[in-house]
Amino acid sequence: MHPAKSVIFFTTASGAGYGLVFLLIAADLAGLLPASFWLSFTGYAVGFALISGGLLSSTFHLGHPERAWRALTQWRSSWLSREGVMAIFTFIPTGLFALHQLFWPGAFPVLAPLVGLAGMVAAAVTVYCTAMIYASLKPVHGWHNGYVPVGYLLFSLITGLVLVNALFALFGFSSLPFLLIGLGALVLGLVFKIAYWRFLDGTQSLSTPESATGLGEFGRVSLFEAPHTEANYLMQEMGFRIARKHATKLRRIALLCAFMLPFLLTLPGIFAAGTVGGLCLCLAVVFCALGMVTERWLFFAEARHTVSLYYGAGHA
Amino acid sequence: MTSLPKQPSGKKLGLVIDLDICVGCHACAVNCKEWNTGGHSAPLTDTDPYGAAPSGVWFNRIHSFEVTNEQGAGRTVNFPKSCLHCEEAPCVTVCPTGASYKREEDGIVLVNADHCIGCKLCSWACPYGAREYDADAGVMKKCTLCVDKIYNPNLPEESRVPACVSSCPTGARSFGDLGDPDSDVSRLVASRGGFDLMPEQECRPTNKYLPPRPKKTGDGAAPAQALTPVTDSSAGLLARWVDRILSA
Repeated sequence: MHPAKSVIFFTTASGAGYGLVFLLIAADLAGLLPASFWLSFTGYAVGFALISGGLLSSTFHLGHPERAWRALTQWRSSWLSREGVMAIFTFIPTGLFALHQLFWPGAFPVLAPLVGLAGMVAAAVTVYCTAMIYASLKPVHGWHNGYVPVGYLLFSLITGLVLVNALFALFGFSSLPFLLIGLGALVLGLVFKIAYWRFLDGTQSLSTPESATGLGEFGRVSLFEAPHTEANYLMQEMGFRIARKHATKLRRIALLCAFMLPFLLTLPGIFAAGTVGGLCLCLAVVFCALGMVTERWLFFAEARHTVSLYYGAGHA
Repeated sequence: MTSLPKQPSGKKLGLVIDLDICVGCHACAVNCKEWNTGGHSAPLTDTDPYGAAPSGVWFNRIHSFEVTNEQGAGRTVNFPKSCLHCEEAPCVTVCPTGASYKREEDGIVLVNADHCIGCKLCSWACPYGAREYDADAGVMKKCTLCVDKIYNPNLPEESRVPACVSSCPTGARSFGDLGDPDSDVSRLVASRGGFDLMPEQECRPTNKYLPPRPKKTGDGAAPAQALTPVTDSSAGLLARWVDRILSA
C-alpha cells in the first residue's frame, strides 16, 4: 500500500498525543503527577497539539477537505466515521479534565475523576477506531489481523510514556513508576513488533492469482499482459512495492530507534537523575519519534493488497 | 446511508463474462470509457493523454493471463474486469460519508459525487480493484453498470444494456437479473458452471465468470512436432541442393 505522508503523520502524532493525555490523566488520578502548573500545562498543550495536528493532517489527503464533516455521519457501519466521531468526542472529557486540573484542582472531588476516567476510555477507544480502519480491510492480509489494534494501542502508550518521562525530567521531576512502566512497555513493543513481522513473513493472504481469476482448475496462473502500458491509480495506490533489502534495513532502524535506544536512554533517567538523565529522556523522544515514523511507513509499504494479484503479484 | 440495503428487492442486475469466447479486443473498455465520460460519473479524466505518461480513470480493464498446467501446456485467457456489484459490498460499508451506496431496487453500487470526500478508503476495501480515484475531480469513480443507459427511455429497447455489453463483438458479456433464477443470465451461469472471483473474500459478487471450455485437441494428444532443421538425407532433393548452395 502506498505510504502517504499525511496518514503516517496522522496515526503516529495523534497516537502519541492520545497516549500522553491518557497518561497525564492517569498520573493525576493516581496521585503521581507533580504539583506544577507549567508541567501540566505543557503536557496537555503538547498532547492536544499532537492530536489536533494529526487529525488536521489526515484531512490533507482528502480530495474534498471542505466536506470532511460528512465523515461524521456513517458511524453505524464505517470505522473511519467512528474514528472521526470519537476523536471529536474525546476532546470534551479530556479537555474538561485538563481545565479542571490546571485551574480548579481540588474542585468537584467526585465528578472530576469520573470525567477523567471517561477521557481515558475515550482516548483509548479513539486509537482503537484508528486501528480498526486498517484492521477491517479484508483485502490487505498484513492489516486484517489481531496484531493491528493491539499494536496501535501499545505504540500509542509507548510514545505517550516516552513523552511523559521526558516532560517530567524537563521540569525537574522524576517518577519511578512511570520510568519502570516505560521500560516494560518498550520491551513489550520490541517483542510485539518482531512477532508481527514473523506473522507477516510466515503467512499469506488466502487469495491467490488462481482464486482471483477462478482459473486454478486449469493450472498455475500468471499475468501474460497488463491491461495497459502505463501505471494506473490501482497500481500506484495498492501496488506499492518495497525492495526486500531496504525492508530488512528499515525494520532494523525501526526496532533500534523506536524501542532499543529509548530503552537505553531511559535507564540513566532512573539511576542518574538531573541534567544527564533528563537529556537522555529527551533524546529518547527524538529517537522514538523517528522509529515510530519508520515503523508506520513500513506498516503501509509492506502491506500487500489482493488487487496486485491482477497485476502480476504471485501472492498477496 | 452506507449500510447495505436491509430489504433488497431481490433484483440483482449484473454481468456474466464468458472467459471462453473473450478475444481480448478491449472494445468493451473503449465503449465504456466513451459512454461514461459523458454519463453519471462524467468525466473519466485523463491526465497527460498524449504525453509520455498517460493515465486516466477507467471502469473496465482487460487483463490477459497465462494458465500453465502440470504438463507444461499453457493457454491464454483474456480477462475483462469491472465492478462486480457485490451483495456484501465492503466499499459501501467503509464509506464514512454515505457517498458510496448500494441501490435497494436493483443492487447497483454507485458513488454520490456530491458527498464523496475523496478519502480513497473504498478503493482499499475492494479486493478486486473496481474503484478508481479521479485526482482531478477529487472524488472516487466506479462502474455504474451504465445506470444512465439501461433505464434510458430515450434509447431503443435493445440499446438499454451496459455499454460494454452492447459493444462486445463476440457476445462474451451478458447482462441481466442474476437474482431471478429463471433469467437468461442465471440459466447461462447454471449451465456453464459460472463462478465468483475470490469467494474467500466473502463479498458475494453479483457478476459471474464462465470458465474456458476444455481444449478440443488437448487431452492426451501428442503436441505438434516442433520444427527441426533438416540436415540429413531424409531431406528432399531440392532442399539438399539449396542447402549445398547456401552452405558454400
